Amino acid sequence: MADFLSLHDAVQRNLHDGDIVAFEGFTHLIPHAAAHEAIRQGIKDLTLLRMTPDIIYDQMIGMGLAKKVIFSYAGNPGVGLLRRMRDAIENSYPRGIETVEHSHSAMAQAYEAGASGLPCAVFRGYKGAGLKEVNPDIKSVICPFTGEELAAIPSHRPDITFIHAQKASEKGDVLIEGIIGVQKEAALAAKRVVVTVEEVVPSFKGLHPNLTILPHWTIDAVAVVPGGAHPSYTHGYYARDNAAYLEWDKISADRQAFGDWMEVNVLRVGPEIFAQRVEALR
Amino acid sequence: MSDFTPTEMMTIAASRALSNDDVCFVGIGAPSAACNVARLTHAPDITLIYESGTIGTAPHVLPLSIGDGELCETALCTVSVPEMFRYWLMGGRISIGFLGAAQLDRFGNINTTVIGDYAHPKVRLPGGGGAPEIATSCGEIFITLKQAPRSMVNKIDFFTSFGHGEGGNHRQRLGITTKGPTLLITDLALWRPDPETKEFTVTALHRGVTRQQVQDNCGWPVRFAELVDETPEPNELELGTLRDLQARTAAAHRSGAQ
Repeated sequence: MADFLSLHDAVQRNLHDGDIVAFEGFTHLIPHAAAHEAIRQGIKDLTLLRMTPDIIYDQMIGMGLAKKVIFSYAGNPGVGLLRRMRDAIENSYPRGIETVEHSHSAMAQAYEAGASGLPCAVFRGYKGAGLKEVNPDIKSVICPFTGEELAAIPSHRPDITFIHAQKASEKGDVLIEGIIGVQKEAALAAKRVVVTVEEVVPSFKGLHPNLTILPHWTIDAVAVVPGGAHPSYTHGYYARDNAAYLEWDKISADRQAFGDWMEVNVLRVGPEIFAQRVEALR
Repeated sequence: MSDFTPTEMMTIAASRALSNDDVCFVGIGAPSAACNVARLTHAPDITLIYESGTIGTAPHVLPLSIGDGELCETALCTVSVPEMFRYWLMGGRISIGFLGAAQLDRFGNINTTVIGDYAHPKVRLPGGGGAPEIATSCGEIFITLKQAPRSMVNKIDFFTSFGHGEGGNHRQRLGITTKGPTLLITDLALWRPDPETKEFTVTALHRGVTRQQVQDNCGWPVRFAELVDETPEPNELELGTLRDLQARTAAAHRSGAQ
């Protein structure tokens, strides 16, 4: 049953040191406000799952929250590299991180398998790919019917998944439209689910019948955070802040500039700041 | 048209390789520009698919990321990411995969993962994203990149996505049934794999480019086909379309909240 909580309380009650956690959203609906709350609360030793670590994990890694990252594309989409993540991998700054690298297809299917209650995902992938040599989690199985060799990887079973969505109903049912990504699978694969939303509406009556992705009884907490995906976007509410993604390349290039930026824009503010950040993008 | 850059020639030559009937899985960057120039010129009905799940998309500006809202708003439909990879890519519904590369070898194997050793990289690049399965699941693969000795190398540091491996029938030996890389479009030339060895061979030079230039910007000894054509230069429609698209894109990406 979904509790409506402040973002502070939703994070404090559900995210703990050492958790395996996914903050999902495929370019769209990335739960940045929730990640900033985790940073403010100083949660430690997290194993971070995400297809594209993106700015959201660059910030968490740069602030030292992560001990391990499981991912499939460590880029700033369309811009270049993730400089804080690179610094952690190449120079163990601010701490060394363990990395487990997959393809997008594998990550998506590991969530799907987790949501299905299966121990592993099986698919026709990784043929000739170098990741097989460096990621011991990539194994193979033989199809019992055709004899074909297929790739197998363990399913994702996060302790907790955070997502951002357009709307919740008053009961806590959650609706997503636009690029739907892998959030439904990531949520249903997890033990606990926290959703930040743009707004709460009385009910979803009269809306398109396929828009509700998660019934309230699959969710632990809902927090209302308008603008909570920024600089990612929320379809129908505000656009992606592409200029901020370009700017991040400069901020993250320097340890001091990064630290200063996080101090001013994350540590000293609260989730209410996100509504202002998207004003010009609506 | 006499006034065009090598990069413009590359993008336009790449766009010409696409046809109206193609279903194309589009990588970000140079592939995305080429695919959209094709759609806006000779291939208006081409189906462009981005890995964010957007099928049949027709963006007005080039997306900065593979998941920009523009892609969804202009798409025929948008599916979940697991569905994208399972039903559409690995289900064999996509005719052409269009990829870029950080490092490429003569057999079309691509590295976008690391420079140096994987465990202790000199440079950690973004990695494969969808590419490992795009490279083996699409009917065929087009690759586009700017030539330089450090990007076209004798030996890549990591096999992010498999091209023709060691050449010959290496794909078949691994049980891969798709064609793999069939075309490489650079800023200097068009390359196609030799039918037997699968080594990329120059089949056309862009206007004004010499064989020596191609060799100077490639890290392996370049093979040229018996007959080397000259790539027709961009026409007014192609160049105008590309420049308009890039101008719209630059303006759109600069704007945003402060």
